[in-house]
Amino acid sequence: MAAVQGGPVDAVEEKDIKTEPSNDGCGSNSTNDGRAASASPGSGAPAAGAKPAAAAPEDQQTLLAVLQFLKKNKLTESVDILRREAGLPEDSLDLKGADSSAAGSGGDLGAADASSLLSRVTASSSAVVQAPTKAAGEDQPDVNVVLSAYSQQGDPKLYPVYYNGLKRFIESVLDCHRAELSQVFYPLFVHMYLELVYNNYESEAKAFFEKFRGDQECYYEDDLRILSSLSKREHMRGNETLLDFRTSKFVLRISRDSYQLLKRHLQERQNNQIWNIIQEHLYIDIFDGMPRSKSQIDAMSGSLAGEAKREANKAKVYYGLLKEPEIELPLDDEDEEAENEEGKPKKKKPKKDSVGSKSKKQDPNAPQQTRIPLPELKDSDKLDKIMYMKEATKRIRLGPENLPSICFYSFLNAYQGLTAVDFTDDSSLIAGGFADSTVRVWSVTPKKLRKVKSAADLNLIDKESDDVLERIMDEKTASELKILYGHSGPVYGISFSPDRNYLLSSSEDGTVRLWSLQTFTCLVGYKGHNYPVWDTHFSPHGYYFVSGGHDRVARLWATDHYQPLRIFSGHLADVTCTRFHPNSNYVATGSSDRTIRLWDVLNGSCVRIFTGHKGPIHALAFSPNGKFLASGATDSRVLLWDIGHGLMIGELKGHTDSIYSLRFSRDGEILASGSMDNTVRLWNATKAFDDLETDDFTAATGHVHLQDNSQELLLGTYMSKSTPVINLHFTRRNLLLAAGSYNP
Amino acid sequence: MAEERRQKQCSVSLPTESMKAMAESVGVGQLQEESCAALSEEVSYRIKEIAQPLYGFQSQEFIPFRFASGGGRELHFYEEKEVDLSDIINTPLPRVPLDVSLKAHWLSIDGVQPSIPENPPPAPKEQQKVESTEPLKIVKPGQEDDGTIQGKTQGATAADGKGKEKGLIRLKPRSTHELSVEQQLYYKEITEACVGSCEAKRAEALQSIATDPGLYQMLPRFSTFISEGVRVNVVQNNLALLIYLMRMVKALMDNPTLYLEKYLHELIPAVVTCIVSKQLCLRPDVDNHWALRDFAARLMAQSCKTFSTTTNNIQSRITKTFTKSWLDEKTQWTTRYGCIAGLSELGPDVIKTLILPRLTIEGARIKGVVEGQVVSNIDKIGADHVQSLLLKHCASVIAKIRPQPDLAEQYRTDYGYLGPMLCSHVMKARTQAALQAQQVNRTTLTITQPRPTLTVSQSGFSGSGGPRTPSIIKVPSSLTLMTPRPGTPSQPSPPATKYIVMATSAGAASTQQVITLSSSQSATPVTSTVPSATSTLQPLVKLESGGGPGLTGSRPLQKYIVVSLPSSASSSLETKSSVLPTSISSNPLEAAMKLDRSESPGASTQSPH
Repeated sequence: MAAVQGGPVDAVEEKDIKTEPSNDGCGSNSTNDGRAASASPGSGAPAAGAKPAAAAPEDQQTLLAVLQFLKKNKLTESVDILRREAGLPEDSLDLKGADSSAAGSGGDLGAADASSLLSRVTASSSAVVQAPTKAAGEDQPDVNVVLSAYSQQGDPKLYPVYYNGLKRFIESVLDCHRAELSQVFYPLFVHMYLELVYNNYESEAKAFFEKFRGDQECYYEDDLRILSSLSKREHMRGNETLLDFRTSKFVLRISRDSYQLLKRHLQERQNNQIWNIIQEHLYIDIFDGMPRSKSQIDAMSGSLAGEAKREANKAKVYYGLLKEPEIELPLDDEDEEAENEEGKPKKKKPKKDSVGSKSKKQDPNAPQQTRIPLPELKDSDKLDKIMYMKEATKRIRLGPENLPSICFYSFLNAYQGLTAVDFTDDSSLIAGGFADSTVRVWSVTPKKLRKVKSAADLNLIDKESDDVLERIMDEKTASELKILYGHSGPVYGISFSPDRNYLLSSSEDGTVRLWSLQTFTCLVGYKGHNYPVWDTHFSPHGYYFVSGGHDRVARLWATDHYQPLRIFSGHLADVTCTRFHPNSNYVATGSSDRTIRLWDVLNGSCVRIFTGHKGPIHALAFSPNGKFLASGATDSRVLLWDIGHGLMIGELKGHTDSIYSLRFSRDGEILASGSMDNTVRLWNATKAFDDLETDDFTAATGHVHLQDNSQELLLGTYMSKSTPVINLHFTRRNLLLAAGSYNP
Repeated sequence: MAEERRQKQCSVSLPTESMKAMAESVGVGQLQEESCAALSEEVSYRIKEIAQPLYGFQSQEFIPFRFASGGGRELHFYEEKEVDLSDIINTPLPRVPLDVSLKAHWLSIDGVQPSIPENPPPAPKEQQKVESTEPLKIVKPGQEDDGTIQGKTQGATAADGKGKEKGLIRLKPRSTHELSVEQQLYYKEITEACVGSCEAKRAEALQSIATDPGLYQMLPRFSTFISEGVRVNVVQNNLALLIYLMRMVKALMDNPTLYLEKYLHELIPAVVTCIVSKQLCLRPDVDNHWALRDFAARLMAQSCKTFSTTTNNIQSRITKTFTKSWLDEKTQWTTRYGCIAGLSELGPDVIKTLILPRLTIEGARIKGVVEGQVVSNIDKIGADHVQSLLLKHCASVIAKIRPQPDLAEQYRTDYGYLGPMLCSHVMKARTQAALQAQQVNRTTLTITQPRPTLTVSQSGFSGSGGPRTPSIIKVPSSLTLMTPRPGTPSQPSPPATKYIVMATSAGAASTQQVITLSSSQSATPVTSTVPSATSTLQPLVKLESGGGPGLTGSRPLQKYIVVSLPSSASSSLETKSSVLPTSISSNPLEAAMKLDRSESPGASTQSPH
């Protein structure tokens, strides 16, 4: 397993830290990042280096505000210390303040806006005066600073009037602008409400909330519920949802025309209240061109913090596949002999050629073979590859006219305790994670599960014999089922290593465990997430794995390191599912902040943010060619994404409940989705990806117009008997396996 | 309405009184009103923060709080029953939950979902109903769902155009149902097995009819098969075949996925024929056609219960038919018996209003036969049966409506010839009811333990829904052909418990014996449940090969082990202990006899009640 030496990995790590400050694309690395970095001292240089990276523009602003305040109060010593800690240059106080604030509010607002922002900085610094001692004493000092931005505002009685005025205005504008400008309602509503609450206008806040909550889009209902329970200033501290609203600017995409319209209106009315909120809490991503339609906007909105900025999806992603390793010829001959025995000698030749040609051609979109160090293939891996290719020749070609057969594995008597399932790639083993903290591994072939004999027994065997590998296995205890005990909480995620030697499980107890499938014992417990770990997934090349949990970060690990190699921070809520890209260079994570992010394993940066789901994401699947990503969420929709262009390219509607599993067939022609509504549905992936119109304009703006063709793409619906589908897996011959626990 | 509720959600908070109560409970008295208000707000917020994400806003489930009010105070409390410690100690431990197991089945084969019990029924009952009651509806466009489901399940027809049919409007011919080759084969196999000579095959076939979710396509054919079969076999007096056909009706009615309403016009006449026909067998003096009448009467009652509506008036029509021919003076004893059986199965109310008033007349008629001299043997047997039937059904009803004491003389004046006999039957019924009441009490006591729902879970999956299973086993008991009187099955017995009786004999033949015996029981529970959960059910069924080394000889020792299959664990555990000793003691000779003569050795002699 230790095919990768420590050296290269460390080098990569250092590189990672260096590059980090430059990629603030995700814009919200604020509190979590600092915490995460300090929690894992092993991930390279300590916290001091990571801090500037964490300082997103708005944090820098607050820093500057604090500096100014200190300076005003002649606390020069503290000024120096703080400046050193933050790594700000001597003259940054005046100069950089203007710079960063301008950048923070979207660059193209002009000099006048910048100055207004500057005045805001001073304003918020005066807010700190109100509670300076408190701020110093808190364990989360930034919370107060963050909240203080709400402090000084106008007459609360006028808020409904302002809001209503804006509402009337937006209703009166031309249709084409109305949809775009309506996006402002929700963030505005939230921030106005929070301001009222913060300033202790409890009854006004309540009235405001009741009056206008009906106007908000239905997919914000969950957030609004949390918001509605907030009615006092004291509640605001420690409320995570609220912090998310404040620490991350709500991103809106608005065309230049619409934006000008809004700006003009607000300036005419002297409506500073709303203008201030837009300036402070919203990030308006202005684009040139036609305003988007309502359906276009609806397709992309729904996430906790608005849409992704366009820049966030601009980075180059090497989505191509890695070159397949050369297969040794002697083994191939053996293969051919086997074929000969079956009396089909001719079939072999063309296949070999095709494999050869495939491996020689280098995909222009593929990353460098050595972009991230991958473990070398062992002999057993090569044997497995050969098996794989043999099986692949017998693979059924799927299509709309040729649907796969589905074999359903029902877990009986699980008492609804089944939480996760995984199949090995060769479909020989199936593992289930259970709420009672156990992991159970079944053999679904006649071959029973055997473990290696105990040390004492191993001493007795003849180590020189040819079949020593057979002899070390304990026949007596061979069984169809092995139970792995070790976790102290429900097991939520489970993943087999590609070589079938290991099994990963992640649990509520905050650990990820690595189990040996040779000895059926636990080898390592990876500690790092201090909260439940919702999912874990092995890299398709083994050795690396990724985990994501309640602490809002995903972590990249290597099996031989007890500390994470990378921490992917940026999600605003729990990371609920994690998947490796087929080329192992990228990791996709889905979150309950209703976004999907794609992370570069090389430098830990976020290279894609996909918004559009209206509920927590629970399933992800990469297409076998690495170009596309499918995601399923509690909004019972499957969305399809083009990774290279960073675009949403499809929406599959049909399920009636949360989607828990997604899988592409081996050739990528069929997408299977499994859901809590007890159905497996098959979708025509080929058609979904072919119908794509990717002209330059859509690619540039990211404004896709999705056609509602779910019914055409749906190839089949298969109802199970009250068995939610937790996992799906295509065997190497394209038989679909499904698994779930039967709930009588 | 929804708006109102929403508002409530936002503003709801704990009352200050409860704050006070809580404070008092931890020893803080005299809490000020203001502090209470502040506390309640804080607590409400925190509860919302913690509990809402976990439990949502409205609980769909039962909330285990009870409400009480009095003295101006309203109280919600959690009811904690006082439990006698010795009760807990003495109750046997609940069964260990079954371990998790894995089972594979085909959800789809080449894109077509097979109709197997593991898969949900292809055409839900509602849809079948819609099809039969509103035939035009399915032809309407825009109901793609129905169309696709039908398309997918039609096997062969779906195979040619899987993807295409979605957009099309499927005009389904109403009269013809094309069956796929597999379905035709299945139909052939099933019907042959049902009326064939092999009892094991028949059991399997009936089990399949009762559980298979994909039969609705074949329903018209089954229905015709049965009605034609009855027509022919009544003429030929083929009792065995009539019984087989009635069992098919029973199986069809037991299948929860079938919507039978459409075929009642064929099935009901067939069933009624089997109840009231003058002659059902070749030798009416020897053959037990009475059992068939009883069985069919029960079927009739069941279909009345399930299918009777105000529009089709099945029950009243049937009642009228029975009464009319019963009132007819010339009606034969056989038909008379059938009419009474049919009526009395309809329930105590029917007995009360229709049968009890005629007891005197009927008694006189029976008296005429029994005490008269010139009647044929057949009439005598018939009168005898009618008498016992009347006694059986009326006794329990009279026991309920008539106040004690039971005086034979009084009964004679009220009910005539049958009075004294009725009197003793009523007394018996009363004691039995008292016994039962005791038992009910005892079982309800044990219910307090957590109820393991395991049995339901596995039997549910095998396709046989919980409440149906007992009836499968009861069927043979009421059809025992050679036993002189089918008295026992109708005796009240705890409905929850069933028994599988297995026999083993010493020596090499033991396994074979088990197989033959278990298969000779029609629709054995062994075949019904074991295949579905082979590993999990094993511990229940103990096979004991009784042959010790000293016992091998000319007379192989037979051992019966009665295993109780409870539908709820609580009742079984009690009865089990009482059953085991008695049943094991049954001697080899008796066992051998039973093997010979009866289809179901369990019901009549082994029952502990």
